[in-house]
Amino acid sequence: MLGGEVHWTDSAPSTGAQGSAAARTRRVERLNRVALINAVLGHYGLALADWQGASYLLTNRTGRTEIVGDLTQLWQAAERMLGRRCDPLDPTLVERLETGA
Amino acid sequence: MPDSAAYIPVYVITGFLGSGKTTLLQRLLAASELSDTGVLVNEFGEVGLDHHLLRRVDEDIVLLQNGCLCCTIRGDLSAAIRDLYGRRERGEIAPFARLAIETTGLADPVPILATVMAEPVIRHHFRLGRVITAVDGVNGMLHLDRQPESVKQVAVADRIVVTKTDIATRGAIRDLMMRLHHLNPTATLLAMTIDGVPDAALLLTADLDHPAAGSEEVQRWLTLATAGANDAGHHDHGVNRHDARIHAFCLTLDQPLDWTAFGIWLSMLLHSRGTDVLRVKGLLDVSGADGPVVIHGVQHLVHPPVHLPAWPDGDRRTRLVFIVRDIARAEIERSLTAFNCLG
Repeated sequence: MLGGEVHWTDSAPSTGAQGSAAARTRRVERLNRVALINAVLGHYGLALADWQGASYLLTNRTGRTEIVGDLTQLWQAAERMLGRRCDPLDPTLVERLETGA
Repeated sequence: MPDSAAYIPVYVITGFLGSGKTTLLQRLLAASELSDTGVLVNEFGEVGLDHHLLRRVDEDIVLLQNGCLCCTIRGDLSAAIRDLYGRRERGEIAPFARLAIETTGLADPVPILATVMAEPVIRHHFRLGRVITAVDGVNGMLHLDRQPESVKQVAVADRIVVTKTDIATRGAIRDLMMRLHHLNPTATLLAMTIDGVPDAALLLTADLDHPAAGSEEVQRWLTLATAGANDAGHHDHGVNRHDARIHAFCLTLDQPLDWTAFGIWLSMLLHSRGTDVLRVKGLLDVSGADGPVVIHGVQHLVHPPVHLPAWPDGDRRTRLVFIVRDIARAEIERSLTAFNCLG
């Protein structure tokens, strides 16, 4: 189900913005989130893109694509594509992030 | 962030067989301020007696029909909660202000929490209030040694009530309390004698998500955690104990957290290691936020974050308490720091 439930990570601390300013803030936050996730997914040869501000498209190197609605679905889909879990404690991933590779 | 006052809090009362959880619930329900409590129990083992006893205390009881409600009939639990809510809305029963669910002694409480927090209909009307775990003051050590369910029940608790404290030796109670505190340093420990009356306010009201009590609750577990979590490694765990692989620690971070990076990190951690992250509780200094953000989760489940208007103490650094199985503190700390630098 896409867009049906609010994921806990979407409950961002209030910025005080309202109306169009809030919408702009959400858009900026969303793009920022995609950029940060891609810094992690690059380690696995995967990439994420925003899809109409409502969902995300996860793609692997062969072009296989899945639509995901939130971060929980993202990690599930990434695991399916990779055939292994994406572990943030994996030392090779952490090292990559530390060196900014 | 959601207005928690609009939701009915659910309190899960768990504890190993014979730990006295039914007695605890019975005495809580006798308190006048808790008379507006809906109660769900089930018919497993001792529950025939539960039903008989509880019905005299409170008429608002729905009995689950299919034995162990936590592992096999999550659907029934869901149906029972929805039925109770429907009857409440139709005015067939008094408008209960909270719901108490008593689990079976062999229960893993997490599926029950999942039902409350993740079932689409229930989560629109209810929120998880607190997990209360009863521990047998006489046999509690034995249960922790031999029964993994007992360790899990303690690890996910917000309050631990040690029962029968007047029929165990003082030394045994002290050792048990110490072990419980090391296992779960964020939980408030209470003692209850055979004839004792539990503190209703500490157990079934004023939980973390309650608007007026959130800050006080955070202060409570933060104080407990910082006092106890970091020396947990000094406790003498036997290698055959179920809790020997479980340990708690408190991370303090000097740099503000990037909320987006933190969400990516924690969601990834809980997806890949959720069964080994029994509990995470934190008071976060989030970049750009006016006040602290409280986060808490049980395994794969994360409460909606709570935004507090002010810091509960003078320390404005992020403090995160983890109760984990077979994960080193250094692994968590290094990984979180690396992810946070992405933001």
